[in-house]
Amino acid sequence: MTALAPLAGTSETPSAPQGGAGSDDGAGPGAGPGGGGRRRLTPYWLLLPAGLWLAVFFVAPLFYQASTSVQSGSLEEGFRVTWRFSNYSDALAAYGEHFLRSFGYAATATALCLAIGYPLAYMIAFRAGRWRNLVLVMVIAPFFTSFLIRTLAWKTILSDGGPVVGALSSLHVLDLTSRLGLTGDERLLATPLAVVCGLTYNFLPFMILPLYSSLERIDTSLHEAARDLYATPATTFRKVTFPLSLPGVVAGTLLTFIPASGDYINAQLLGSPNEQMVGNAIQKQFLNVLDYPTAAAMSFLLMALILIMVSAYMRKAGTEELV
Amino acid sequence: MPTSTASPAPEPTDHASAPRTAALSATGSATASPWPASSRSLGALLRRLRRNAVVMAGCAALAYLLLPNLVVLLFSFNKPAGRFNYAWQTFSTDAWTDPCGVANLCGSLGLSLRIAVLATLLATAFGTVAAFALARYRFRGKSATNALIFLPMAMPEVVMAASLGTLFLNMRIEFGFWTILIAHVMFCLSFVVVAVKARVMSMDPRLEEAARDLYAGPFQTFWRVTLPLAAPGIAAGAMLSFALSFDDFIITQFNAGPSTVTFPMFVWGAAQRGVPVQVNVIGSAMFVLAVAIVLGGQIVASRRKKS
Repeated sequence: MTALAPLAGTSETPSAPQGGAGSDDGAGPGAGPGGGGRRRLTPYWLLLPAGLWLAVFFVAPLFYQASTSVQSGSLEEGFRVTWRFSNYSDALAAYGEHFLRSFGYAATATALCLAIGYPLAYMIAFRAGRWRNLVLVMVIAPFFTSFLIRTLAWKTILSDGGPVVGALSSLHVLDLTSRLGLTGDERLLATPLAVVCGLTYNFLPFMILPLYSSLERIDTSLHEAARDLYATPATTFRKVTFPLSLPGVVAGTLLTFIPASGDYINAQLLGSPNEQMVGNAIQKQFLNVLDYPTAAAMSFLLMALILIMVSAYMRKAGTEELV
Repeated sequence: MPTSTASPAPEPTDHASAPRTAALSATGSATASPWPASSRSLGALLRRLRRNAVVMAGCAALAYLLLPNLVVLLFSFNKPAGRFNYAWQTFSTDAWTDPCGVANLCGSLGLSLRIAVLATLLATAFGTVAAFALARYRFRGKSATNALIFLPMAMPEVVMAASLGTLFLNMRIEFGFWTILIAHVMFCLSFVVVAVKARVMSMDPRLEEAARDLYAGPFQTFWRVTLPLAAPGIAAGAMLSFALSFDDFIITQFNAGPSTVTFPMFVWGAAQRGVPVQVNVIGSAMFVLAVAIVLGGQIVASRRKKS
């Protein structure tokens, strides 16, 4: 739980100017001068429906899952809690590769999103001029078509014998990547490259929007000041713009990495069985094999590993920000 | 067939840099063109190139983002030879004139709409009052509540999906419409709270004080001042919930019954057997409609600002 406190902090910093408004101690709109006892209970009444919903349908399921993950039995006889912790080691032994692949693909996709998304966010914030709103609409516009349909469109774009495969193989890029094991011979579909490309595509807006919101806040007179002090554009970026955009970078990488590591749609639609991720394994165990303890153990492991990685990352990003 | 790199995306540069971009692409593409003789203008050229590199990289990123939508639109006019709509055959408007021609497609669309509307209503109502509590009051357990609201957004969907599914299984609740609705309200809530809370915290408290000073009752103040001020945040949260619920697949797949097939689940099933062209029609129609609404709203807003 301690790991989440800083996480909550960063996600909120780009969204709202909370510091200033938070200081007013909240004489609520409906709270009259009298009735102190009732007033003290007001926030709890307001929180009741949402809090109850989350407690019953979000927190309680996590406990159920924890208990399911140490059960044993079969579908016919029923599952019983036997404190079978070997479910975890069995899942790791059977699907360790899936875990590695998930985090590897998610990390690569996150890095690509940052590399592709940063210039676009920068362009919208500083260079788009009167086109700014239009470009922002174009960033959000893909969401209006279901993401499954758009992911399927990548199947067309990357199809065997299609223009992308043709162009890349005539440039001998595919020779190189297939030697590295990223693609097959003369084919992009059903390869790690296609899955990473799909993940990058699907989560790119989640990187761009927080980056944009932190870049947009930067006072451009700081750029002028840097130029007046004979800083080159590169130095200005390294010393002024990028450090100020760090909250956006942290929020964007988290918003990309966390969902990407649990994703199974891209691996299923654009990959082959050799590119399956943890999500695919959980989905298969839960919906096809009906081995609920293994599915629960795996999703608990996934959650724990993500929490550990995220809190380590937050600590690192936090200190960098201070230095 | 558009390729990924050379897409003619509109160049969103300000007018000052527009001729620069043109000059740059001229020198960049023609290797034969002579480099400027003096090192000073070479430096200027490099600087110009670096400056426009951001715009070019940004446009390439936009092209990457929008390419699949264009492909979906293009292939909605395709007449595929087999069951799979992945290779271009011949132009046809058959699917556009008969969008519900595929069994279960429009039924799944209706189910998705029903769930999205109900989930949006519930999540917006619950989320808005919770946001007011978190924005306006100090109370014991506030930071724990903030963490509880934040956690669903920081968790991979598949974990929430599997755990909620486990709960329903243990409780012997039959999977179907209600389990999907419960799941959707659960993950939409946090987004509504965050959107509304941000808005409420940025509101000027003096406006409500002024209303009370002018003898407005608490109810009147809330109805005539607070709620209209918070409306943009509530609307943003509601729209976000609708979009999230309508397009959700992972959580829905784990919590749906055999007879409750939402639109994303229909597409998923179709992807294994062969995607009908009508799926592209629905996707493109939603895209065009939504972009038209957003752009129309922008134009109206800018006109209003001018006048």
